[in-house]
Amino acid sequence: MTTRYNFAYLDEQTKRMIRRAVLKAVAVPGYQVPFGSREMPLSYGWGTGGVQVTASVIGPDDVLKVIDQGADDTTNAVSIRRFFARTTGVATTTSTEAATLIQTRHRIPETPLREGQILVLQVPIPEPLRWLEPREAETRKMHALEEYGVMYVRLYEDITRHGKVAQTYEYPVMVDGRYLMRPSPIPKFDNPKLDRSPALLLFGAGREKRIYAIPPWTRVKSLDFDDHPFEVEHWDRACDLCGAQGAFLDELIVDDKGGRLFICSDTDYCARRRPAGEPRPGA
Amino acid sequence: MYVAVKGGERAIDNAHRLLAEERRGDPGVPELSLAQIEQQLALAVDRVMTEGSLHDRELAALAVKQARGDLIEAIFLLRAYRTTLPRLGVSLPLDTAAMVVHRRVSAIFKDVPGGQILGPTFDYTHRLLDFELAAPGSLLAPAGVESGGEGDRGPAPLPRVMDLLDREGLIESEPPSEPGGQVGDLTREPLTFPARRDVRLQNLARGDEGFLLAMGYATQRGYGRNHPFAGEIRHGEVAVSLAPEELGFAVEIATISVTECQMVNQFKGSSTTPAQFTRGYGLVFGAAERKAMAMALVDRALRVRELGEEPASPTQDEEFVLSHSDSVEASGFVQHLKLPHYVDFQSELVLVRDLRAAHGTGAASAAPDGR
Repeated sequence: MTTRYNFAYLDEQTKRMIRRAVLKAVAVPGYQVPFGSREMPLSYGWGTGGVQVTASVIGPDDVLKVIDQGADDTTNAVSIRRFFARTTGVATTTSTEAATLIQTRHRIPETPLREGQILVLQVPIPEPLRWLEPREAETRKMHALEEYGVMYVRLYEDITRHGKVAQTYEYPVMVDGRYLMRPSPIPKFDNPKLDRSPALLLFGAGREKRIYAIPPWTRVKSLDFDDHPFEVEHWDRACDLCGAQGAFLDELIVDDKGGRLFICSDTDYCARRRPAGEPRPGA
Repeated sequence: MYVAVKGGERAIDNAHRLLAEERRGDPGVPELSLAQIEQQLALAVDRVMTEGSLHDRELAALAVKQARGDLIEAIFLLRAYRTTLPRLGVSLPLDTAAMVVHRRVSAIFKDVPGGQILGPTFDYTHRLLDFELAAPGSLLAPAGVESGGEGDRGPAPLPRVMDLLDREGLIESEPPSEPGGQVGDLTREPLTFPARRDVRLQNLARGDEGFLLAMGYATQRGYGRNHPFAGEIRHGEVAVSLAPEELGFAVEIATISVTECQMVNQFKGSSTTPAQFTRGYGLVFGAAERKAMAMALVDRALRVRELGEEPASPTQDEEFVLSHSDSVEASGFVQHLKLPHYVDFQSELVLVRDLRAAHGTGAASAAPDGR
């Protein structure tokens, strides 16, 4: 019962179907294109949408990087990188600069992306209006009519309750002034990187069977109000490993007395900033 | 401490090794063969084939073995394999009236042409643990049992009870399909709403048995009640035929085992049309009778729109039912919560600490009650 699989696992017909969806997504930035999502050999929720998009755009000359939570060494990132290494034989890397194709879950790398690169984001729930309106039939209508008032009301309600918008990740954005989009669960810290990105950004939701895209240099605006402008998280400290200021920091609890270590969530960025061979504090 | 988040690669390898070891269990106990699973855990194999949408007993048995008996995991394995198979053609509709019947019961007539055939059923067993089964060798079939199978069928096909009702106009005719229309396929095209009945039925056939059972049960308790009677339940073998265009005639390519359930439901009628019963339909691979019955109840509940009824319950809400029926999707999304969410949680921590600090100093312009 041994079976040989096609390059990047998916058969060519399926890849073509997905590429068509990707092309449509690129042509209508921020619009969620339904596609015939396949059952993949990894679990829904583990990045089946991202994996299908990656599988249909990857070529033998690509250099692939896979991250989860910004890190190359988290188990799911390792698993997906191996999947493609096994089914395509392409070169893999942890270097953001060296990669031509990056699949990610929950982060956009700190190192600025460049033209020609493709970033594939794994998406659990693609619909930005879903928590406000559970019905797909209804939300599709709202997008068609550009009926986004409810989202502003929701943000306004946050301000009345908490004094600020209390949405920290998958913070809603307007793409090219037309479609409201959920940027996958990246922290809002990463939202500014979506705006006029030189790289092509592709979003794949496998279980929900949707693909959407932000083509290079597209205007992407995080929703806000004139008197409550959009702002990102900041930490009053630097990375404990590399000293980076203004990077997204992960918090580690290092003892049972409340000891904390703050380190860059982007492992590649952090490692590059540290002189080689320097011992890690706290290790 | 920091080292703990490293080493993903080695951890995965070790996890796979441990899993293989656990799967085997005590090496002193003989290993299960696929034939044993297929023969002696036949209902597990049936469920995996049904929800896995692939009629292949050997592969389903392999999936059950590989999944250590976790049937949802086995269904997932079979589905992921099925995805890679080419589509050679679309068969003709199954003719279940021509079924080689092993079991056939109708709850609406005391006797029907062809008779009631109890077949192999748990229905009238007393659920007492049979300690004799604990001893090896006890699974041998008792001698002299009259088989309810092929011998009973006779030369003529067994007419479907629903067809008898239909002849009298007492039940709605099977909703006509579009002439030459293609049957939808959820594994190729995404589900859209409103969904057609063919697509709804495919979704339910692939749907999780537990979910459908609960939904069907809910309709019986009043959440979308549709007054069901089990018109007929039949289980047996049916032929699958394919009519390749280049041949111009049908060829029988396989025989598969299925269970069909036809429910007779709530009648409809008005001043212009005489009263008629309505239908709910269930069809599954193998002998998954509970699933077939639940499927028929839910199918009927979801027909509110086409029957002009007012949807009042989640069981009648096709978006609610069809979007959440799939065990592979549901299992994946529920369990993905165990994947790392450090980054989003860190964002939330930053915000909540901010809000708490602002709350203490009264710096925020927020209402004092918070949320």
